[in-house]
Amino acid sequence: MNEIIGYVFIVIGLAFDLFGCLGLIRLPDVYNRLQASTKCVTLGTCSILFGLFFFKGFTAAGIKAILCIIFILLTAPVSAHALARGAHKSGVKLWAKSVCDKYAEEDK
Amino acid sequence: MMGRLRWLLGFVVLVAIALLAWLNPIPSLLEWQSPFLKHSFYVLFFCGLLCLWRILKGPTPADRAVAIDILGILVLGFCAILGIATGRDWYIDIGIAWALQSFISTLALAKYLEGRDFDE
Repeated sequence: MNEIIGYVFIVIGLAFDLFGCLGLIRLPDVYNRLQASTKCVTLGTCSILFGLFFFKGFTAAGIKAILCIIFILLTAPVSAHALARGAHKSGVKLWAKSVCDKYAEEDK
Repeated sequence: MMGRLRWLLGFVVLVAIALLAWLNPIPSLLEWQSPFLKHSFYVLFFCGLLCLWRILKGPTPADRAVAIDILGILVLGFCAILGIATGRDWYIDIGIAWALQSFISTLALAKYLEGRDFDE
């Protein structure tokens, strides 16, 4: 029973990973790519690790998987925010059809 | 010249990984317990190829940094799948160490994009 739940979580995670990487290919702008792929791939990898927890149970590997999930959920938004800030400071243009740019307005 | 040599080296490594996954020459490293895990490994491999395509083609350095960040998170999924498939628990240790290293390297790349020194 636990293995079936683990397989379901792994399938959900693989779907999220695949759609995140498709977003990394298809979207037009650095910032669009950043938000799509970071959210999707973080959730997908967390789901795969949660599936590993269902396979292993409360052993050392399962607890390490939970720790890994917590670590990713803490660090992935930080690194994405740092990357967006760095890209904006380095002068990467927004997409031509973007609506607003609050960060540039606040810098003035 | 050096750039082409670097791309050639990366291509050789990619072909070696693909051959390792396809031919399975070392059975103790990749012993698949079920065909499902094998195909999930292939799906993750395809995601990694998409990220490498973005690194190759990205018009600005920021695109490449984003793709490297995403690839670093994907490797964690590889570690989890391999840990389930082979029954060896130390793969998840590799995953934790890789997550730490990937986070630090992404912060360093962001600092480099911002154009500041590392000690600010």
